[in-house]
Amino acid sequence: MAYQLIGKDFMPPDVSAKVTGKAKYAEDFRAEGMVFCRLLLSTMPHARVRNIDVSEAMKIKGVVGILTADDVPEQNAPNNPILTNNPHYVGDPILAVAALDEQTAQDAIDKIAIDYEPLPFTLDPLESLYPGGTNARDDGNIRNRRSGSETIKWTAGDFVKKNVCPTGKPATEWSYGEVDQGFENAKLIVDESFVTANNPHHSMEPRSCMALWQNGKCFVYGATQSQSRPTRDLARLLQMEPEDLVYIAEYCGGGFGSKGTAYPVMAIPPLMSKKVGRPVMMRISRVEEYFIGSARHGFQGRIKIGFRDNGRISALDMYVIQENGAYRGGGDWTAAGDAVSLVYTPEAMRFRGIPVYTNTPIRGAQRGPGQNQIACVVEPLLDKAAEELDLDQLAIRRINAPDNDSKYGRRQGPVTSVYMREALDKGGKAFDWAGKKQKSRQRNGSKIIGVGIGQAYHSAGSSKFDGLVRLTPEGKLHIHSGVGNLGTFSHSATSRVAAEVLTCKWENCVIERGDSRRHLPWNHAQWGSNTSFTMTRTNYVAAMDAKNKLLEIAAMDLGGSHGDYDLADERVVHKTDKSKSMGFAEAAKRAIELGGKYDGHEAPEDINDMTKASVTALAGTGLIGVAKDNLKHEGVVPAMAVGFIEIELDLETGKYEILDYVGVAECGTVLHPQGLETQIKGGAVMGFGLAALERYVYDPQNGLPANMGLYQCKPPSYLDVPSEMKTEVVDIADPQNPVGAKGIGEPVQGCAAAALLCAISDALGGYYFNRMPVTTDHIVNAAAGREQSYKALQVNTV
Amino acid sequence: MNTNFSREVVLSDDEAMGRAGMSRRDFIKGIIATGASISAMGYVFGGCAGDMSSAPGAVERLISLNVNGRVRRVDVLPQETLAMTLRYKLGLTGTKLGCDRGECGACTVLVDDVAMYSCSTLTHRVRGRSVVTVEGLEGEDGDLHPVQRAFIEELGPQCGFCTPGQVMSAVALLNINPSPTREEARVAMSGTLCRCGAYDNYLNSVMRAAKEAS
Repeated sequence: MAYQLIGKDFMPPDVSAKVTGKAKYAEDFRAEGMVFCRLLLSTMPHARVRNIDVSEAMKIKGVVGILTADDVPEQNAPNNPILTNNPHYVGDPILAVAALDEQTAQDAIDKIAIDYEPLPFTLDPLESLYPGGTNARDDGNIRNRRSGSETIKWTAGDFVKKNVCPTGKPATEWSYGEVDQGFENAKLIVDESFVTANNPHHSMEPRSCMALWQNGKCFVYGATQSQSRPTRDLARLLQMEPEDLVYIAEYCGGGFGSKGTAYPVMAIPPLMSKKVGRPVMMRISRVEEYFIGSARHGFQGRIKIGFRDNGRISALDMYVIQENGAYRGGGDWTAAGDAVSLVYTPEAMRFRGIPVYTNTPIRGAQRGPGQNQIACVVEPLLDKAAEELDLDQLAIRRINAPDNDSKYGRRQGPVTSVYMREALDKGGKAFDWAGKKQKSRQRNGSKIIGVGIGQAYHSAGSSKFDGLVRLTPEGKLHIHSGVGNLGTFSHSATSRVAAEVLTCKWENCVIERGDSRRHLPWNHAQWGSNTSFTMTRTNYVAAMDAKNKLLEIAAMDLGGSHGDYDLADERVVHKTDKSKSMGFAEAAKRAIELGGKYDGHEAPEDINDMTKASVTALAGTGLIGVAKDNLKHEGVVPAMAVGFIEIELDLETGKYEILDYVGVAECGTVLHPQGLETQIKGGAVMGFGLAALERYVYDPQNGLPANMGLYQCKPPSYLDVPSEMKTEVVDIADPQNPVGAKGIGEPVQGCAAAALLCAISDALGGYYFNRMPVTTDHIVNAAAGREQSYKALQVNTV
Repeated sequence: MNTNFSREVVLSDDEAMGRAGMSRRDFIKGIIATGASISAMGYVFGGCAGDMSSAPGAVERLISLNVNGRVRRVDVLPQETLAMTLRYKLGLTGTKLGCDRGECGACTVLVDDVAMYSCSTLTHRVRGRSVVTVEGLEGEDGDLHPVQRAFIEELGPQCGFCTPGQVMSAVALLNINPSPTREEARVAMSGTLCRCGAYDNYLNSVMRAAKEAS
């Protein structure tokens, strides 16, 4: 279908403010009488607070209030608390102090004496699983699938094999097919233990927050990548009704999953503001961001893969031990298993896993949670198998690649569409895989060429959310979007579907977003690569509702039935008698005269309360299109990505240059080519960091973090990545989306990370690290044939 | 992590301007040109960090700053960073703080045309020098700077938080090297981190700005 807007570049309405400095992020807001709040963070990895002495602090002039765990709503364990008297890691927030200025707040905090009762702590899941090992929490050492805590200890016998990841009793287990039979049918079995590191999200914007109360309403200026979802979730944290919360998040300085919705510390400024009766700004520092800003889960595990002689995977058995941090964490471990089932389509598979608490900072979803770590584990092993079976790396991926008939996860459910082979072929051609393969392991002095391919997946779409559009008597189309602004411009790209349906010119469209006072619908969070799929559907159904109303109004006023009319160039036009037509501005005026469903005085029964409230507020201002997305949605919506890479690695220094990178997206119809390209490239940059630079390091003796800065955790800079990359898209429509779109943001990171690891191993003549990040030290040791500095299953490495 | 804010200076407008050697007209022009809200100077620093006549040997706190081509009178603590002065006293929040310790470059501004981390520059050090922030790039007619236009054309920003720093780094580069190679641009821009990983697009923006200016 030929679209007017879909698939074409445009200037997103928020980009200008980003280059002029006019874009206001949470810390850029000010209010009259605003005071500043600082956090007191635990200095112990696990402790109980016996006493808090604030007497000296309260003597300091300018202190206006203190908030402790006793003053804030308690969260159900093991959810992250707002404040706690039972800190579970160094950096866990214990209390907050507000003062007239920030220095005074910090001075007061420095005068507060906390009497800690130290408790045992652990930094290593395997240590906690060992008989008699330390539990990171009082209520257990693992999080079960019902998100409660329990204690599971393995037997000493489980730990007998040296350098092999033990696989004791799991928290969950599933399988399909005949796994044992599959291994019997295998010509080659690869059986490896692996480690993937934790790494912080490092959003460039620390999660500052400002709040104030006015006439019983709470105004919060927050740093979240979503809009409607955090409005609801923050209201829950504050134990108030969402309609009494005004939430403003027009710009968000990066989230990558860590600002998906409201997070507990966000509740501190509103609660403090209520207590002290003044607006409260909580500026979060880079160090604090390290503690409360969330991080990706690290894995230890074991994977056994059986290959037939043609490279087809006959059986796969995997075990993931997730380092969970001290609180609830995310679902990376199970997501990893689901991803493997789809990306490699093993004929038979078993997944086992266990999330184990450690006394380290909170964890949460980070771009491709679980899927991207496991891509970095499995992809190099495909190369290992290919080498042993004398197969090409591309061929072994093609033969295992999923298609539209492939099944997903523990339930082996359907997928909406997958074109992985097409992605591999497109990338292989753009990269010239066959040609580049010839250069593999070519030596030039101390330098050597390595090539690699990486694949990754993320589920990329949801349904059952609401759409809301409004045609005004001025003839403007207002598209109300509650999704958020993560920086992908997809709030606008997906809004263009409504304009497309209604034949509106883009310059006549206004996107209403970023502030709950703009009357926004109930939309999904901007996470999980879902926006492109989910929001095109909601905008489509809302626009179709508006279209039907336009046709009905035309039929009423101009005669005939609504089926006699269609839309063209912002007019309702009779299909055969073109003299009968009505402009949208006029139709909007008629909608207001007609009232009822036409102008929002009546709303559909099945929409969410948040959407209903917005429709009620907008009633009488124009023709309202509003609907819940009840379109067909069966199965998982796969976003797939492939990366091809060529590096030149210096065997003497371990340094490498990325000579070429091609990223391929399989995300259905392309909505916004320029935006998609930035996702593919930006994801790759983050992927190179994941593969080779970023990780947490802890002092095992005292539980103290050793890298709390950007220069220590090492997110990639300009000089760590290629200055030019190439992109390709498959561009085949998904049948369950009205414009064929699927999401893509997450796998474009994982495929790049995995490809880089494969290329490093290729350059080293097939040396497999079975861990990430692979740093220059590791490379030099491998090249020199020296023993590595880390132990096989060690999680805490420099 | 600790940040000192200064006490509000209670001076009448005429008194302040007299000290600054400014006319009322200059003062009002300065306020309008930098887009700052006058009230922002007063209430944010309601403060308790000591008064103006502090310890012996203390530096003069009420100083003149040339920001975006206009002279502003500001009360500045000895240890105050330029980023805090810009953001909290002059209302110029386009300059971002990503780390506040010289790691990320989001706070990059120009001081006498040279890119500097304003989080790691003491405000007192820029007395008598010319400071340009992202707000000062637009022409008097409101036209965007060629670098800003190029950043839009190439869709440089993603989340946008590091963008002011990237824009200022690019402007600084093109001031001294109007036709950089991509590699020169890569090195010149490398002091500003972008977690979205938009480096490729930012470099495209720099190269476009250079090309369009030539």
